[in-house]
Amino acid sequence: MSWILILEQTLNGLQFGLMLFLLAAGLTLVFGIMDMINLAHGSLYMLGAFIASTLVQATGSFVAGVLLAIPATAMLGMVLEISVLRTLYARDHLSQVLATFALILIINELTRLAWGSDAALPMPQALSGPVELLPGLRYPAYRLVIIAVGVLVALLLFVLVTKTRVGMRVRAGASNREMALAMGVDIKTLFTLVFGVGAGLCAVAGAMLAPLFAVQVGMGENILILAFVVIVIGGIGSIRGALVGAVLVGIVDTIGRAFLPILFGIFFQPRVASAAGPAIASVMIYLLMAVVLFLRPRGLFPARG
Amino acid sequence: MRGRICSVALSLALASGVQAADKVKVGFISTLSGPSAALGVDIRDGFQLAVKMNGGKLGALPAEVLVGDDQFKPDVGRQIAEKYVRLDKVDFLTGFVFSNIMLAAVPVAFEARIIYVSPNAAPSPLAGRQCNPYFFVASWPNDAYHEAAGQHATNKGYKNAYLIAPNYQAGKDSLAGFKRYYKGNVAAEVYTQLGQLDYSAELAQLRAARPDALYIFLPGGMGINFIKQFVAAGLSTDIPLIVPGFGSDQDIIRPVGEAMLGLFDTAHWAIDFDNAANRRFVAAFEKEYKRLPSVFAAQGWDTAMLIDSGVRGVKGKIEDVEALRKALKAAKFESVRGSFKFNRNQFPIQNYYLRVVGKDSQGRLVNKTIGTVFKDHGDAYVQDCPMK
Amino acid sequence: MKRSIAVFIVLLGFPLVMSAIDNLFYVSFASRVIIYAIAATSLNLVLGYGGMISFGHAAFVGAGAYAASICIAEGVASAWLGWPAAIAASALAAWLIGAVSLRTRGVYFIMITLAFAQMAFYLVNSMKAYGGDEGLTLPQRAELGLGLDLGNEVVFYYVALLFLALSLYGLHRVMQSRFGRVVIAIRENEARAEAIGLPVYRYQLACFVIAGAVAGLAGALLASHGKYVNPNVLHWVQSGTLMIMVILGGVGQLWGGAIGAFVLLGLEHVISDYPIPWLAAVAPNYQQHASLGVGLVMLAIVLFAPHGVAGLLSRRRGA
Repeated sequence: MSWILILEQTLNGLQFGLMLFLLAAGLTLVFGIMDMINLAHGSLYMLGAFIASTLVQATGSFVAGVLLAIPATAMLGMVLEISVLRTLYARDHLSQVLATFALILIINELTRLAWGSDAALPMPQALSGPVELLPGLRYPAYRLVIIAVGVLVALLLFVLVTKTRVGMRVRAGASNREMALAMGVDIKTLFTLVFGVGAGLCAVAGAMLAPLFAVQVGMGENILILAFVVIVIGGIGSIRGALVGAVLVGIVDTIGRAFLPILFGIFFQPRVASAAGPAIASVMIYLLMAVVLFLRPRGLFPARG
Repeated sequence: MRGRICSVALSLALASGVQAADKVKVGFISTLSGPSAALGVDIRDGFQLAVKMNGGKLGALPAEVLVGDDQFKPDVGRQIAEKYVRLDKVDFLTGFVFSNIMLAAVPVAFEARIIYVSPNAAPSPLAGRQCNPYFFVASWPNDAYHEAAGQHATNKGYKNAYLIAPNYQAGKDSLAGFKRYYKGNVAAEVYTQLGQLDYSAELAQLRAARPDALYIFLPGGMGINFIKQFVAAGLSTDIPLIVPGFGSDQDIIRPVGEAMLGLFDTAHWAIDFDNAANRRFVAAFEKEYKRLPSVFAAQGWDTAMLIDSGVRGVKGKIEDVEALRKALKAAKFESVRGSFKFNRNQFPIQNYYLRVVGKDSQGRLVNKTIGTVFKDHGDAYVQDCPMK
Repeated sequence: MKRSIAVFIVLLGFPLVMSAIDNLFYVSFASRVIIYAIAATSLNLVLGYGGMISFGHAAFVGAGAYAASICIAEGVASAWLGWPAAIAASALAAWLIGAVSLRTRGVYFIMITLAFAQMAFYLVNSMKAYGGDEGLTLPQRAELGLGLDLGNEVVFYYVALLFLALSLYGLHRVMQSRFGRVVIAIRENEARAEAIGLPVYRYQLACFVIAGAVAGLAGALLASHGKYVNPNVLHWVQSGTLMIMVILGGVGQLWGGAIGAFVLLGLEHVISDYPIPWLAAVAPNYQQHASLGVGLVMLAIVLFAPHGVAGLLSRRRGA
């Protein structure tokens, strides 16, 4: 068990966690301020990836394509919010769940109609090689970029939420919606804005992860669960909670996936160890959530009260 | 029309049990969506091209090919198989890429005494103890490419090989096959999740293990992602990579590109085979689809030609399933791979070659044949098969 | 009641008609619809009547399916052993999951049920001895004895229909009883129910377990019907599908689950297998996009007809 291996796996976990944060941040604000469960959040992640793949092909530049995909997806998100989601705020959670589940199906099929079942977003040539971090550890340059982007966005969000007036209103809305309304905050517009930002964040995650994974219809469903787990752990309505929760989940998942099979391999056959390892690792995230909820029923950094 | 012969049979009232032998109905189910869609699409295109070149016929009878997408899900594949076999009453079932989906679906065909001709998946249980008279393999036994690769690794003198495959029947078969002919030490045997796309954890492990060769069996989208990430992690310059032929064919060359140059692989067919059937196939495929065929497309073509020879052999009387089986077993057709004959378990006996990824005369990336690894090679399970 | 009996008479006659024209495919298809109707009805108890948004219901169907499959795979083919085992397994799962989840409220409840369902999914996925993600193919359907061969599509259909009738009747009786009225009272206003002194937790848990048990039966039937089971049965998207059925048919309406199953599965089959010429001319591949129609219908129902199809039907009769 070398230090290099542990370091590399930690970097992997960090990379994964930071991308999860981008999704969780938008989701937690939507839930925190408007008390709405939005299952279609994963679909925005998927749309971000697809739109980015088209824009990258159209502009011929990876950076331009990704940067343009962000406002494009944000606008789509806002249109979605104004047209369909607004009517759901007043409804009960069940209706929200079912309506947004229906939206997943609709958006999946519309994406399939527009793009086909999958799209390609190739890694930019310049970043497709490794970087020598330490003697003996050559880590993929692209993943380092992802970590850098994740940290940058986290910082930007932090500044936005804590240092600007808009951010202050957002925090007010998340902490106590009625009071914020009473104090004259235009919750409706604020919310459309928040939703747009959330969609933009999804686009960043979708576009950045696309060269590593496949861009395919249905990619949102799997990551959505993780995002929900993250915000429940982190505390609904809190961006800080989303960051801590996401990094925690990312590292637990990656370290679990990497080292549990080794641990099991000592006792069981390779095929059993390879199946049980990832299975238990995935379950570990939910166990983590259960433990956190048991100790802190409202998550680690609840925004309310 | 991109060669899609796709029509759906209706008529609730007309569905009857007795099949009028005025046409041949083939149910083609494959993985046509998702990251591994390129494989299913290639098989389908090869198959349909063969039918088209035959004038839309299989064995002098007009052919109707129903095409279904299993979406890489065993239960979906099985449901479509149920529909084709029970509602549409197809005469042949074919198409599956992946063994797990095929194994879920073919019992439906076997129960109804419908013949399944496999254009790809051919897992070991069906070669040995569970061999089935209604199962014919037009491709190769699952282990074959891996056995050839293992032999190649032994020939090259590698001492410490690292093995990776997905955790399903074909994955298990692949590494077992490799180890059967590889005489060196196995540094590690790692099984990944089927459909997994992020290999960062496995690559970190690989780096720490420092093997002198890496053998992977990761078909379709899995392979594409692994090789890309393998190169990105800087490991491709340190560790020689060997793959089975379908791990480095056109469907992977296209998305990965130049990073594939110099990769060794083993297969039963290569695009540069110099026989009349292959020359005809490659030229027709390129003309029709504007891309180079992969080994999957070659298999799809051969499957259609095999079925054609079977129907021809019974002179169109396909209701006589026993006679049809005999005709298929005789395998009287011109395969693009050269000679073709069946073992008594209805799996092929054929040669396997060593290939390397290089450039053809037009500068395109292709697999070039550089040697023969096995001649008239069968499979390791035939002795357990009770069929004669 | 009279309407229900009329429907059952039609359902009884269906397979005989199909046999006459030698189309057993539709008898088999109808059996599948009935099985999903049973599963959706069980969810209706928890979701419709009980008001508990459980995203983990697929786990109970899956528990039953796997329990029954493992019995057959290990050579215990008798339905008299396999099916009670399935019911016991899913009831136990429901009890365990419910005991923990019902201590939470609101979105946390939804999340925890979702989490448990995913845990079950991953656990089953790792059981390589029983197929893992390749699934488990069964050599035969369960054996009922009594001279009834479940391998016969028509016989299987009638057995499934019997269970559907029992489930619906059971649900009807439960909701008419004191237990049912307490459950509805809890759904309407939990705080008030608690204030009156009703043991809310215990009633909700009981509801959960009953629903889980019936779901397990549906799972056992599903496994026998297809002679195949795989972990996808437990995936949270399957729970979502069951919820779609319930809301489509009518939350809290007796026939809601059954109608929803029939409409959803029927719609999917019709759209993908029977091309409509003018629609095909406009959108050539529309059949592969059946989910779009389903999604739109579902969205419309949530927004405009929250009581589902059953609600529309009963409103039309001025009820």
